[in-house]
Amino acid sequence: MTNRREKFWTKLATYMVLIVICALAIIPLFWMVSTSLKSDTQIVESPPRWLPDKLVWNNYRLAISSDWAHFPLWTRNTLIIAALAVIGTTFSSAIVAYGFAKIRFRGRGVLFALMLSTMMIPFPVLMVPLFSIFVWMGDHTPIQWLGTSKPLWAPCWFGSAFSIFLLRQFFITVPDELSEAARIDGCSEWGIFWRIMLPLSRPALSVVALFTFMWAWRDFLGPLIYLQRPTQYTLALGLQTLQSQHGSTPWNQLMAASVLVILPVLVLFFIAQKTFIEGIATTGLKG
Amino acid sequence: MTRGETRNLLKGLAFLSPWLVGFAVFMLLPIVLSMYYSLSDYNLLQPPAYIGAANYRALMHDGIFWKSLRVTMLYAAISLPAGLFISLGVAVLLNVSVRGQSIFRTIIFVPSLVPTIAAAILWKWMFNQRLGLINRALAPLLELLHKSGPPWLDQSSWVIPSLALMSIWSVGNTVIIYLAGLQDVPRELYEAAELDGAGKTQQLWHVTIPMISPVIFFNLVMAIIGILQVFDTPFMMTRGGPNRASYFYTYYLYDNAFTSLKMGYASAMAWIQLLLVLALTGIAFWSSKKWVYYQSK
Repeated sequence: MTNRREKFWTKLATYMVLIVICALAIIPLFWMVSTSLKSDTQIVESPPRWLPDKLVWNNYRLAISSDWAHFPLWTRNTLIIAALAVIGTTFSSAIVAYGFAKIRFRGRGVLFALMLSTMMIPFPVLMVPLFSIFVWMGDHTPIQWLGTSKPLWAPCWFGSAFSIFLLRQFFITVPDELSEAARIDGCSEWGIFWRIMLPLSRPALSVVALFTFMWAWRDFLGPLIYLQRPTQYTLALGLQTLQSQHGSTPWNQLMAASVLVILPVLVLFFIAQKTFIEGIATTGLKG
Repeated sequence: MTRGETRNLLKGLAFLSPWLVGFAVFMLLPIVLSMYYSLSDYNLLQPPAYIGAANYRALMHDGIFWKSLRVTMLYAAISLPAGLFISLGVAVLLNVSVRGQSIFRTIIFVPSLVPTIAAAILWKWMFNQRLGLINRALAPLLELLHKSGPPWLDQSSWVIPSLALMSIWSVGNTVIIYLAGLQDVPRELYEAAELDGAGKTQQLWHVTIPMISPVIFFNLVMAIIGILQVFDTPFMMTRGGPNRASYFYTYYLYDNAFTSLKMGYASAMAWIQLLLVLALTGIAFWSSKKWVYYQSK
């Protein structure tokens, strides 16, 4: 009897704590949405009210359409960079991961360890020489790099250590019998990769694609260094100018712009929730 | 090597070739160049001129360099342990089977999806001394104590704790990684502990913590690497202020490189940062022998 009572109280306490934590997690986001729909006078009213008196959708229109903010353009730029980064990373990482997972050759272990260790190198360490490499390439080849989005997505086409690792962990779980059978039928190594491995790996590939998209969508330091004209900006960089250089932008419009930047990510998350959670879980476990 | 081995080697290298090229051009070359720049006077317009260890010597006498290092370490001292333990606690709670578990999990994960720029704008608004939600929520309490609300981002002694507080809001990723670790702990261990008369707290200390210590270690290493790179939030929210109180290491590196065009000086900072990462993760690895428990496979 005491045991059951104890269980009841533990459960109740767990509920209480969880509800408090969830409230702390969600209230800032709720406040963001609520502020984005309030009138200029209502955001300063005291005491503050949870919900707007009437919904001021105009804040969203103003945030998007002010003449120095190129919201549609920034969205397009971000989507183009993200798409090129996603395709490049997923495709090239899969090729490399296949080499690490399914072909036995001398030096594979050393190269794999080397690749894993590159994950520890912070981007700020590389950014100065990378910048000068792109300057050099602009001076010595006909292609302009600086002031374009190329430095942001081109390196993605050479595989990312994190994605290679993730895909390799998945590929080694695919039984060798499948590829052996194909090999006996005269299938080339590339054919095995392309026709057998890739179709089987859709869940792992979508994890890599999702993570790369999230990374590209929120990346800030890269665009800050390489992009020069406001018309080339990504959403993250554009929003930064919105909130810093135009100090007079009212809070409700800033919140409206922020909601718009979060929305696509949230929608994507709720569509692919399972893929997301499983992907994050694997990163910590099989390391 | 037999012919088969040679063929496999060539095949393997062919599949690895995208990464091999990328590694050479975007990783190895920059690291070598960075070493050379760090020993040079280089402003991007003229070719680098070799000056020996002068950049490193200058850094040792640069008050702002030490200040930025102190700021970063102070932030680490607060946000690293807080982040690691709070997310572990939350993960343990989320692992208790209660109704609505998946809803709780989703809600706690959502803040970590918010892009940094949106989180920065949101928290600037939350932290606003007069109109921010935090101080307005605290208002009744503050009135009772006859105090005014904390200045959060506007005062040098408050800015680092504020940024650390904000970082805790988005620990969802870490929570999920812990949760995956917790779900891998075999049920039999708890049953055996219960038979031996261990209570819930004892089970936590003697079963859960040792079993997921590899996951704690992973999160620790990731946190060390991440914290040494903090740049976005102070750049967006405080411009390193007030009084350089949130002028993080990477922020000073960025300013040297892209505001003052002191590329050589910035590269010396980059090398020190790399050595710091290696040293700190090295210490973590060394200490892990004492507290990380690996199951024999």
